[in-house]
Amino acid sequence: MSLDSKIPQGPIAEKWTKHKTSIDLVNPANKRNLDVIVVGTGLAGGSAAASLAELGYNVKTFCYQDSPRRAHSIAAQGGINAAKNYQGDGDSTYRLFYDTIKGGDYRSRESNVHRLAEVSGNIIDQCVAQGVPFAREYGGLLDNRSFGGVLVSRTFYAKGQTGQQLLLGAYSAMNRQINRGKIKPYNRHEMLDLVIIDGKARGIIARNLVTGELERHSAHAVVIASGGYGNVFFLSTNAMGSNVTAAWKIHKKGAYFANPCYTQIHPTCIPVSGDHQSKLTLMSESLRNDGRIWVPAKLEDAQAIREGRLKPTQIKEEDRDYFLERRYPSFGNLVPRDVASRAAKERCDAGYGVNKTGEAVYLDFGSAIMRYGKEQAVIRHLYDASEDKIRELGEAVVEAKYGNLFQMYEKIVDQNPYKTPMMIYPAVHYTMGGVWVDYNLMTTIPGCYAAGEANFSDHGANRLGASALMQGLADGYFVLPYTIGDYLSDDILTGKISTEAPEFEAAEKQVQATIDKLLSSKGEKPVDYFHKRLGKIMWNKCGMSRNEKELKEAIAEIKALREEFWSEVRVPGSANELNQELEKAMRVADFLELGELFAKDALHRNESCGGHFREEYQTPEGEALRDDKNFMYVAAWEYKGEPADAVLHKEPLEYENIQVKTRSYK
Amino acid sequence: MKLTLKIWRQKNAQDKGRMVTYPIDGIDGDMSFLEMLDVLNNDLISRGEEPVVFDHDCREGICGSCSLQINGEPHGPDRMITTCQLHMRKFNDGDTIVIEPFRAKAFPVIKDLMVDRSAFDRIQQAGGFISVNTSGNTIDANAIPIPKPDADNAFNAAACIGCGACVAACKNASAMLFTSAKVSQFALLPQGRVEATQRVLNMVEQMDKEGFGNCTNTGACEIECPKGISLENIARLNRELLSAQFKG
Amino acid sequence: MIALGVTFAGLNEKEDMSLLSSSVMRKFAMALSGLFLVVFLAQHFVINITSVIAPDVFNQWSHFMGTNGLVQGILQPILIFGVVFHFIMGFVLEIQNRRARVMRYVQYKGGASASWASRNMIISGAVVLAFLGLHFYDFWWPEIMHKYIETHPEDPTRYYAETVHKFENPVRVGLYATAFVLLALHLWHGFASSFQSVGFDNKYAKGLKGFTKFFAVFIPLGFLFIALYHHLNPIAH
Repeated sequence: MSLDSKIPQGPIAEKWTKHKTSIDLVNPANKRNLDVIVVGTGLAGGSAAASLAELGYNVKTFCYQDSPRRAHSIAAQGGINAAKNYQGDGDSTYRLFYDTIKGGDYRSRESNVHRLAEVSGNIIDQCVAQGVPFAREYGGLLDNRSFGGVLVSRTFYAKGQTGQQLLLGAYSAMNRQINRGKIKPYNRHEMLDLVIIDGKARGIIARNLVTGELERHSAHAVVIASGGYGNVFFLSTNAMGSNVTAAWKIHKKGAYFANPCYTQIHPTCIPVSGDHQSKLTLMSESLRNDGRIWVPAKLEDAQAIREGRLKPTQIKEEDRDYFLERRYPSFGNLVPRDVASRAAKERCDAGYGVNKTGEAVYLDFGSAIMRYGKEQAVIRHLYDASEDKIRELGEAVVEAKYGNLFQMYEKIVDQNPYKTPMMIYPAVHYTMGGVWVDYNLMTTIPGCYAAGEANFSDHGANRLGASALMQGLADGYFVLPYTIGDYLSDDILTGKISTEAPEFEAAEKQVQATIDKLLSSKGEKPVDYFHKRLGKIMWNKCGMSRNEKELKEAIAEIKALREEFWSEVRVPGSANELNQELEKAMRVADFLELGELFAKDALHRNESCGGHFREEYQTPEGEALRDDKNFMYVAAWEYKGEPADAVLHKEPLEYENIQVKTRSYK
Repeated sequence: MKLTLKIWRQKNAQDKGRMVTYPIDGIDGDMSFLEMLDVLNNDLISRGEEPVVFDHDCREGICGSCSLQINGEPHGPDRMITTCQLHMRKFNDGDTIVIEPFRAKAFPVIKDLMVDRSAFDRIQQAGGFISVNTSGNTIDANAIPIPKPDADNAFNAAACIGCGACVAACKNASAMLFTSAKVSQFALLPQGRVEATQRVLNMVEQMDKEGFGNCTNTGACEIECPKGISLENIARLNRELLSAQFKG
Repeated sequence: MIALGVTFAGLNEKEDMSLLSSSVMRKFAMALSGLFLVVFLAQHFVINITSVIAPDVFNQWSHFMGTNGLVQGILQPILIFGVVFHFIMGFVLEIQNRRARVMRYVQYKGGASASWASRNMIISGAVVLAFLGLHFYDFWWPEIMHKYIETHPEDPTRYYAETVHKFENPVRVGLYATAFVLLALHLWHGFASSFQSVGFDNKYAKGLKGFTKFFAVFIPLGFLFIALYHHLNPIAH
C-alpha cells in the first residue's frame, strides 16, 4: 500500500480553510446515530471527545486512570504557544510555522504544521472562554513568556501548571457533555485491541481494570489519543502508566508506525539519584529564560565538586563555563532542547559533570535574581538598597515566576535552589514519532485516527517547547471534529455496529490468550526487572547519541530480552480482579516489541536530525549533520509479524514554502 | 534504613480488610515513598505473594493519583506535597509506618490502598464547567481584561489536583475544600459568572448526595492540601450558595 | 416546628426541598443561631458583671429583664428556640458527619492539622448544654416558680442576694468553672467559624477573627470571675 497523505491542493495558507469548506458534513439528526470511541483523555483525547459530543456524536472515552483529569498532559509545566503577537514582537502564523519546521529539523509535514500555526490563536481564545486561568499582567491582559528555539514571546502559561489548567479546561468541556449524556466515560479501562470489520475500524476490546472483565465496545470511528512511548526507556518524565499499548495494538492491526526513533531528550530534568529511581522529574524549560547553564571550566574544580570538597557558589565567575552561551551566542540558553541536551552530555562525557554520578550540570538563577532585584529596587525607589535587599527582592520575583518548580526541586533534591544552583541533566521526555496519519489525522486503517503525541505529524525530528499542548488541543478541538465528520458522512446508513460480530469474538479471544499466557508463565522475576533492563539498553544504545554498532547490538539484545520476558516473568494474581502487575506486564510486552522497531528505525536513518543523533554523522564541531538528499522522508513502518520484519514505506517531505537550511542557533 | 510497615490489605470492595505488618530493609533517604513501596512490592512478588495495590501515576505531584494516609495524615507528615513527593529522608531508621487508604464513605476502597474517588468527577459533572462550544470564533482571548488579583486567585483555586486529601484529613470527611475550589475558579472569572447561580446549587447538591460530611471549619483540609488551596474558597462557596439560594 | 424539620431533613435519605436540605445552608443556620447565642452571652455578661460592680444596678436590670413583657414574652422564647435549634442541629450534623466515614482510621492524627477545640465541638457543646440544664435548674426554674407559679409579689431588690447565695456551694462553683472553660473552647472555634460559614471574607476578616478569639477567652473568664468573686465574698442570709 502506498502512503497517501491527502494534503489538499492550493497555496499553503489556504489549504485548511478550503479543505474545511469542501469536506462532507453529517446532518445533526444523523450524528445522533453515530458512535465514536476516544482512547485517552489527555489534551488531544479530552478535547476531541468534548468537541465531537458537542457536535452530537455519541462518544465513549477510555482511560486507564481513575479520572480523565489525570492524563499525563496534566504534568506539562511551561506553556502553550500561539501566534497571537500580543507582545507586538513580530510574531505571525508564518513565523510560528517557520519556527516549528526549523525546530523539527525539516522532518515534519509542511501542511500540517501550517494548519497548527493557523489554529493556535483559536486555542487560546477557546481556553480563555472555558475559564482557563492563564497568567495575566496588571492591565488584565494575557502575559507571555519566551521558550527555546524562537526569537519571540508567544508562550501562554499558568505558572508552572499550564498542562494541568488546559487539561482541566478540556475535562470541564467533557464534564459538560457527560452531564448531558453525550459522553460515556470508561475510566480505569485499558484498550487492548482494535476491532476491524470489512477493513474499517469498528470498535475496541477494553479491559475493565477494576473487575478484570474484557469488554467489547463498538463505534463508527476510533480515535487513539493515548500519548507517547517515552516509557520504553523505563526512566522518563512520563507518568508510570504512560504506555504504547493502544498505539501498538493498532500498529499490529495495520496502522503504520512512523519515525519511532525520534525521541526528545529534555535538557532540564532532575538528575538520577540511584537504582531505586522509578521516574524522572522535569524542570520546565521556561526556567531557561532566567537560569544560566554552566559547568566548571577547570576539570579539577569539577572533580572537587563531585567529591564534595567544593561548593558551586565558591567557583568564581571566570572559572565557570556557560557552555550554551559560549557555543550558541545568539540563542544562548534558549537553544532547542535537542541541542541543549547534547551539549550537556558532551560536557559531562568530557568529565565536567557536577554530581556524584558525574551526570549533571548547573542551572543557575544567581544573575537573574540580582537582575530582577535591581529592577524591583528601581521600581520601589530604593536607590541605595543593600545587596541582601536586592537579592531578597529578586528572589521574590523568581518565586512568583517559578515558585512551585523551585519547591518541587527542593522536595526532591533537598537543596534550596534560591541559594545554590539547581542540578539538571537530560531525560527522555517526549516522542515525536508515532502512528502515521494523513492530513485528516487518519491512520492507514480507515476510520482509525491518531491525535496528539500518539501521532507523528507535526514536530518532525524535534519538538519545540510549549508546542505539545498546542498540537494536542489543535488536533482535538479544531481538526478531528471536521475530518471525522468527512469520514462518517459515508456511514449514516450503517446503523449500530453489533459487538456480536465474529471479528469482536476473535479479537477478544486473542486478548484473553495473551492474558492467560502471562498469568501462566512460570518465571520468577517481576515485570519491573525486564522493564528496567529494556530501559538500560534503550538509554545506552538508542539514547542521546547512537551509532551503527550499538544499534545492532540493541536490536539483538531487545529481541533476546523479549524472549526471556515471556518465559521468565512472574505475574501474580488472576485475570478477574484488579491486577496492577498484569497491567504492567501487558504494557511492557508491547514496549519490548516497539523498542526493537525503534532501534531498527534509528539504524536505518543514516543521518543526524533533531532528536536523532548518529555519531557517524556530525560536523567537526559536533553539530548534527543532516542528509536531506537521502532522508528527507517520513519512515512509516508496516507490521509484518516481528519487529525485525517490519517493512519501510517512505512519505517524501516537500518544502515549498520554506527554504531548507542547516539548522543553526549560533 | 530499616523500617516496619503496617499496611491495610483488602482483597476487594466486599472483603473486610486488615492491617498486615511487613519489615523492610535497605531503604535509602533519596527514595520517594512510592519507590519504597516499589521495593516492597518487587520483594513480595519474588516471594510469590501478592503486591500491595496503590494508585499512582505521574510521580511528580500533579496528577493527584496517589492517595495514602501515612501515619494518620494524608500524604504523610510533610506539608505541601503529595505522597509521591514524600521522600524517605523524612523518616528515621527503625520507624514504624502505618499506611492506610483515604477513608470516607464517599471513597469506597477498591483494593488494598486504592479507593474510588469518582464522587469528585460527579461533582464536577454537575456544574464544574462553562457552557461554551468549541468553535473557531469565540471572542479574542484579550477581549475581556481580567484584574490580575482575580486571575491569580482563580488560578490558585484551579491548582487543586483532586487527590482527596481534604476529605481524608477532615474529621467529617467533607469535600467542601474541593468543591469550593472548583466553584471559586469559575466564580472569580467573568466568563464563569453567567452560570454561577446554577453551578453552585448543582455542585453542592451533588456533593451532599455523594455522602460527604458537613464542613465544620476545622481547617484540617487547608493544612493537609498538597497544593495549599485556601479556606477562603470555602467562604466564597458559602457566599455563592447563600446568594444563589435566596435568588431562588 | 422548623427544628423538627431539620431533624427530618438531616436523618432521612430522601430528598428534602426545605432550605436546610443543603449542607452549606445547615452550616449557615448553625452559624446564625450561634451568633445569636453569642450576642445573648454578651448581654448576659454585661448584666452579670454589674453584680460585682454595682449591686443596685444589677437588681434594677434583673428586675427589668424578669418583668418586661417584651423580654419575657418574645425574646425569651426566641432565645430558648435558639438554644434548642443550635443543639439539635449540632447533634444532627455530628451524626451525619460520623456517617460520612463508616470505616474509621487505624491511626488518625487529627491534631496535626486542626485544633482540639475545632474537632471536639460536640464535646464542648454537650458540656455547655449540660451546664445549661444546671443553670436553668439554679436560676431560671426558681424564677419561673417565683413569678408565675407561686406568684409572689414583685420585689425589685431580691436578685442580688439570691445570686450571691447560689455561689456558696463550692461544688456548684466548680461545675460552673468547668463549664466556662469548655464554653471558652466552644467559642474559640465557634465564634470565628460562624463568620467563615456566612462567607465573611474581606480585609476586616483578620481583625474580626482576632476579636472573636479575644471574646472567646474574655467572656467565659469574666463569668468565671463573677462566680469566684461571689463565692469568695458571701453575704449573710
